[in-house]
Amino acid sequence: MLLTLSIAIPAIASLLVLLLPRTSISLIRWTSLGASVAAFIVSLAIYANFQVGEAGFQMVEKLAWIPSIGADWHLGVDGISLFLIILTTLLTVLCIIASWNSIHERVQEYHFFFLLLEAGMIGVFAALDLFVFYVMWEVMLVPMFFLIGVWGGKNRLYATIKFFLFTMAGSVLMLAGILYVYFNTVDPATGAHTFNLLLATEQAKYALDVQRWLFLAFGLAFAIKVPLFPLHTWLPDAHTEAPTAGSVILAGVLLKMGTYGFLRFCLPMFPQATLEFVPWISWLALIGIVYGALVAMVQKDMKKLVAYSSVAHLGFVMLGTFALNQQGLTGSLLQQINHGISTGALFLLVGVVYERRHTRIIADYGGIAKAMPLYAALFLIIALSSIGLPTTNGFVGEFLILLGAFSANTLYGVIATSGVILAAVYLLWMYQRVFYGQITHEENAKLKDITAVEAFPIIILVILAIWIGVYPDPLIVRMEPSLQLVLEKFQQSEFSQMIGALPR
Amino acid sequence: MSLNDLLGILPELVVVFTALLAIVVDIAAKERNVSASQGVVVFGLGIAGVLSIFAATDAEMLLYGQVFNDGFAAWFRALFAFVGVLTAIFSPIYLKFRHIRLGEYYALLAMCVFGMMVMASAASLLLFFVGLETMSISLYVLVGLRRDDPASVEGGMKYLVLGAFSSAFLLYGMALIYGGIGSLEYNVIAQTLRESEGIGPMTASGIALLLVGFAFKISAVPFHFWSPDVYEGAPTTITAFMSTGAKAAAFIGLIRVFGQSLATTSEHWVTALSAVAVVTMTVGNVVALRQQNLKRMLAYSSIAHAGYLLVGIVAGSREAFAASGYYLIGYALMNLGAFGVLILLNQRGKGDYSFDALKGMGTVHPVLGLTMAVFMLSLIGIPPTAGFFGKLYVFSAAIKEGHLLLAIIGLLNSAIAAYYYLRVISTMYMSKPEGDVTVPQPFGYKAALAISSILIIVIGMFPDQLVEAMLRAVP
Repeated sequence: MLLTLSIAIPAIASLLVLLLPRTSISLIRWTSLGASVAAFIVSLAIYANFQVGEAGFQMVEKLAWIPSIGADWHLGVDGISLFLIILTTLLTVLCIIASWNSIHERVQEYHFFFLLLEAGMIGVFAALDLFVFYVMWEVMLVPMFFLIGVWGGKNRLYATIKFFLFTMAGSVLMLAGILYVYFNTVDPATGAHTFNLLLATEQAKYALDVQRWLFLAFGLAFAIKVPLFPLHTWLPDAHTEAPTAGSVILAGVLLKMGTYGFLRFCLPMFPQATLEFVPWISWLALIGIVYGALVAMVQKDMKKLVAYSSVAHLGFVMLGTFALNQQGLTGSLLQQINHGISTGALFLLVGVVYERRHTRIIADYGGIAKAMPLYAALFLIIALSSIGLPTTNGFVGEFLILLGAFSANTLYGVIATSGVILAAVYLLWMYQRVFYGQITHEENAKLKDITAVEAFPIIILVILAIWIGVYPDPLIVRMEPSLQLVLEKFQQSEFSQMIGALPR
Repeated sequence: MSLNDLLGILPELVVVFTALLAIVVDIAAKERNVSASQGVVVFGLGIAGVLSIFAATDAEMLLYGQVFNDGFAAWFRALFAFVGVLTAIFSPIYLKFRHIRLGEYYALLAMCVFGMMVMASAASLLLFFVGLETMSISLYVLVGLRRDDPASVEGGMKYLVLGAFSSAFLLYGMALIYGGIGSLEYNVIAQTLRESEGIGPMTASGIALLLVGFAFKISAVPFHFWSPDVYEGAPTTITAFMSTGAKAAAFIGLIRVFGQSLATTSEHWVTALSAVAVVTMTVGNVVALRQQNLKRMLAYSSIAHAGYLLVGIVAGSREAFAASGYYLIGYALMNLGAFGVLILLNQRGKGDYSFDALKGMGTVHPVLGLTMAVFMLSLIGIPPTAGFFGKLYVFSAAIKEGHLLLAIIGLLNSAIAAYYYLRVISTMYMSKPEGDVTVPQPFGYKAALAISSILIIVIGMFPDQLVEAMLRAVP
């Protein structure tokens, strides 16, 4: 019942928040914090119950939901989804803390949407039923639409509608794909069609041309979410306009749904098509790495810079996934978590100075390390982890990805490595311009250093970043068996021949 | 005529009686107090709706094979009664605002519902036509009710002329079918077609004319051009009523005539119908994108929804018809609700239907805003709403029957539609209100909206009961 509980707690709490009187703002905040902490504790219990070394799904729950069409409330967790769920519940807690002093308008609705969003996100990662997956995938869109549209910046309307339409366009095609899979999956117990993901994966033996179409139908939805170049244009807008917590969730969790989707659906169900698309996706990922880094370099707005850095980082994740080897896959999954930690923290950090100065333009700052020493220190650690300095989380992930990429194709590895250098350039350069040198704007001299409430979420993320950087083993041992299961399909003889014959 | 016959058509009898009583009450009431006839109609239609469900037995033929009394008829009669009740609840505030004080309004509404019910239970083309004309003639009057408003008069005229035109097409088609087959009864037509090899030229032209006639009635492209003007010109309550009730009534005719009695000839018309479905949903959505007037936007969007429903007819399986039934019920809830909110907003000063009227509604009127948001999300097809499940069910039936491309086009269309429905939500919640924007919200009104939106979510989350009922009901 743990998985259902982790979804039910935020879902029920969101309704509860709606029933509270509008004016009792602190009660609303505490309710929402309590619920998100409870969900986090449940996710820790899931971690504690997780059997290391098992590749398949654990803690599986199954309840009939819509028997007439064969849709069940079917949840489970494996090494791929485990940490994504924990990341979701953790970031939600931190976001609610971070919103404490920055959201003053329509607090009730804000927390309603935030908790609803959390329920949807956990649902996406835990779903073992294609119908549940799709419902959760779509349900999440609505709170995100409101979070950006109501509490966002100046161009929020444009950004939020663009975000919604991009995602919607992708997901309707995925629905067609899901229905096609549904009609080709039979529940042996009843003989009827079923949305059961396990059966769908097991029975997936489509002809190559069908696989291609299905891969594209699913893959487009995922690629938009990732976002893979050139489908990324919604992301900088959405990130920049979203309120701080919205950006954290967008970067920390929402983007991972795309990469997760590839791992969970495209690779195991359409392996031959996956092999065909490897060069295409790898090159798009490489373009994303280099392009994202170059564009991040010239940004004047800190948030935009972090947003474009996400395009580059997710390029790494995609490259690692489609290296189709153990290092690449492990690195890519680890990097998904890392990106959630580091980029989430970066958005929180940018939010701190934005609260004070209401500007995110790099040129408006300069030398603020003198005024805000603690803030500067935290920012530096997180920036370094985002760059991938050894002993930080980013290093472990990127290193594994590069290993995987090199062994798949040397050229990919070389190009991707240049992305690591570029990341150092844009982040450190920004850091230098914001924090070092003389204070050029007088109003910056009196800036208050980061407060305890603001620092708390960031310190948690800093601890995690270093912990994973030094000792990633607890994550890797839980991830690897499940990833190995995904890879097995590609290591069968017929496939390994195809891998060898790939146009690299 | 036996007692059983009478019991089977009891809902219709109650509705006719209600209509007559509404007129009598209206004459008897002092100072033209129309709320008396409103009460009569709400009550009478409510009873008829409940009776429809309970009168449903196993499928049987009544009145010498002229009337079906099956589950489908039962559900749709109940739906029409429900649509009538909601329209009657929404009406007073609008009629008062427009200075319309006619007791006949409610009587005509009940007569419309009677016509729709007859269409739902008709077992022959002749009776179907009688129902259709009863509905249409009452609607001609209702559409042109605002005699002081040129738009309403124009709408009424257009509806009258084009409605008569399309009725003529239908009638001519029926005559040709009678000439070709020798009967107007659905079952006999189906039987004859099953036994004969190929169809003669007379039957073929009859089918073609029927297709055109139906396309007019459901405002499918390219026979849709009357409907935006008529929808805009009609009193908004009647627009709501037409876009849900009249459309559903035409669709049940389409299911019974094309989906069933002409099913064996589908090779001759299924391609044409698929093409009509594609252009209907695409044109409806694309034109709706550009509308600045909410009422017109909903009019075009209802054309698009007719397109989605046509996919169900093209698919032609039992499941597809059950899906269409589910969709029509969900659609009635959400579209009536959306119009209901619109009617209230209409009273904000200018009485126009521009997007500006929505500004800030989410904060000023939380309940109205929330219900409207639910209606819009359901119209887009976001889970867990009835709109989502309806679309899923219709399109999956189409995919199952091999119409994959049609389903994909339909799904892509719902992504286009998301834009204009989202615009409603974003204007409600993301723009500041200008000046005083409060509107009166009678309790019954608010309750009706709240119940509709809750129902939308409930049958979206737990569709099984309704889906099973629909599957059992499909004739």
